[in-house]
Amino acid sequence: MLEIRWHSRAGQGAVTGAKGLADVVSRTGKFVQAFAFYGSAKRGAAMTAYNRVDDEVILNHEKFMHPDYVLVIDPGLTYTADITAHEKDSTKYIITTHLSKDELIAGQPKLKGKDVYVVDCMQISLDTIGRAIPNTPMLGALMKVSGMFELDYFQDAMKSVLSKFPQKIIDANMAAIERAYNSVK
Amino acid sequence: MAEKMELNEVEVWDGNMAASQALRQAQVDVVAAYPITPSTPIVQNYSSFLANGYIDGEFVMVESEHAAMSGCVGAAAAGGRVATATSSQGFALMAEVLYQASGMRLPIVLTVVNRALAAPLNVNGDHSDMYLGRDSGWIQLDAFNSQQAYDLTLMAFRIGEDHSIRLPVMVHQDGFITSHTAENVKPMSDDEAYAFVGEYKPMNAMLDLAKPVTYGVQTEEDWHFEHKARQHADLMTKVFGKVEEVFEAFEEKTGRKYNIVEEYMMDDAEVAIVALGTTVETAEMVAKMMREEGIKAGVVSPRLFRPWPYEQVKKALSKVKAVACLDRSSPNGALGALYNEVTASLYQGDNRPVITNYIYGLGGRDFTIDHAKEIFKELDANAKEGRPTTPLQQFVGLRGPKLSFY
Repeated sequence: MLEIRWHSRAGQGAVTGAKGLADVVSRTGKFVQAFAFYGSAKRGAAMTAYNRVDDEVILNHEKFMHPDYVLVIDPGLTYTADITAHEKDSTKYIITTHLSKDELIAGQPKLKGKDVYVVDCMQISLDTIGRAIPNTPMLGALMKVSGMFELDYFQDAMKSVLSKFPQKIIDANMAAIERAYNSVK
Repeated sequence: MAEKMELNEVEVWDGNMAASQALRQAQVDVVAAYPITPSTPIVQNYSSFLANGYIDGEFVMVESEHAAMSGCVGAAAAGGRVATATSSQGFALMAEVLYQASGMRLPIVLTVVNRALAAPLNVNGDHSDMYLGRDSGWIQLDAFNSQQAYDLTLMAFRIGEDHSIRLPVMVHQDGFITSHTAENVKPMSDDEAYAFVGEYKPMNAMLDLAKPVTYGVQTEEDWHFEHKARQHADLMTKVFGKVEEVFEAFEEKTGRKYNIVEEYMMDDAEVAIVALGTTVETAEMVAKMMREEGIKAGVVSPRLFRPWPYEQVKKALSKVKAVACLDRSSPNGALGALYNEVTASLYQGDNRPVITNYIYGLGGRDFTIDHAKEIFKELDANAKEGRPTTPLQQFVGLRGPKLSFY
């Protein structure tokens, strides 16, 4: 069982990102879950979303997990949310920031010694999509770090997930995924 | 003519999308709705299907849930296939009209996304609204995941609309845990699904002007009792056979098997959890884990909550030594409803296991693997002792000191 936790602000697309990832993964015959914690969520409120992936039907409905990957798509949440909650020794962190990895860890010492990757999903989405929607670039970064799918395969699958959108938006998302894939460190 | 939607063999749908797709495929004539969290996306998706040309029926936006169910009653009496969706406070506001619908024998399908009842206000999932409906004269089916929410919604039309039944049907799913969790769902094609549900055959339609009828009449002590008794008798005697028949037809079509009472590893189980909703799947997973620790655990879950499957529950628990009934609703001054129903079902049987009651998960509080493990361990101790080793009613996952009664 592969488990992923997203840290996001409501409106940044973590739920859409988690569902998009689930959709792509399901096409390979695997079983998936994508869900989120909602309260009476207001735009901008800190929230978490989750993915589970397994070769068998997923019966587990508890919200609790020890994540294999923690994806932080809002830079501020690295400092204000409990992003290391219920971590494992092997948990990998992919964090949206304009800082270098060393600068980030200096500012948030609890990430010291952990498997941390950085990528600037905010800037990438502003440059490509034209809005601060950091979800699809984060998926590009996840593909690189996890090796889950080749970039080409993932982009093709995402094209069909996004097929209801205009071509311009699909192209922008493809560019965002590719740039994050190539720039995550 | 509505357009057909191309669906993948496997879709990743949450429970809300699953329910709204089933409503679309059933070609409902009238949906009258007033959206409420967490069932909002059911009618939101439905209205977007309509706007995009996938639905021929009417979508009526009304001013409250009371009006939504009233609109459904009117449309059903007129002679149409009718459905809507609600949750929690909306369900509570519908309550008056729920009894009207069932008393008038109108086969409306209500997809209920279970949510807690205020106060305090809470949008998350528990079974308070489902339990509120249990004396309303509706048939209540319970889905434990998104696939089942889809399947049971399709089957609900065929069960309720049958001329021998003519009763409204609720299809329940857990708020957020099912309704907002995207999972693998295998849908039927539009043609297959509609062929399974079948064309709506009106009965005593008010719009059949050649044969005038009236609905919602007044009967006092002269006839009220006979009407209620007949409805109860139909629920007690006719529904089980029809549900089984529809479950069998569905299995033939899809390979997916449903039972009035679902059993998991009950062949040789010595201890069992009885539960509803998503908790069933978590409990099944844990039952398997307990077997590795030497505890013969199983899970029993009523797929049909009303009418209550008295005989089937008795049979499912005919060999166990200890049973835990898990209620996700505050009984507010009693033992939990599942505890009472299960205990009543077993009391006339030959097997008299130790039965205890757990209250859990109110307002969406997480029910974890560890909770289920703890319950199975307590059941194991009860089974070995042949008597309760714990208080009769315990609260699970509650903050602060342990709360228990009797």
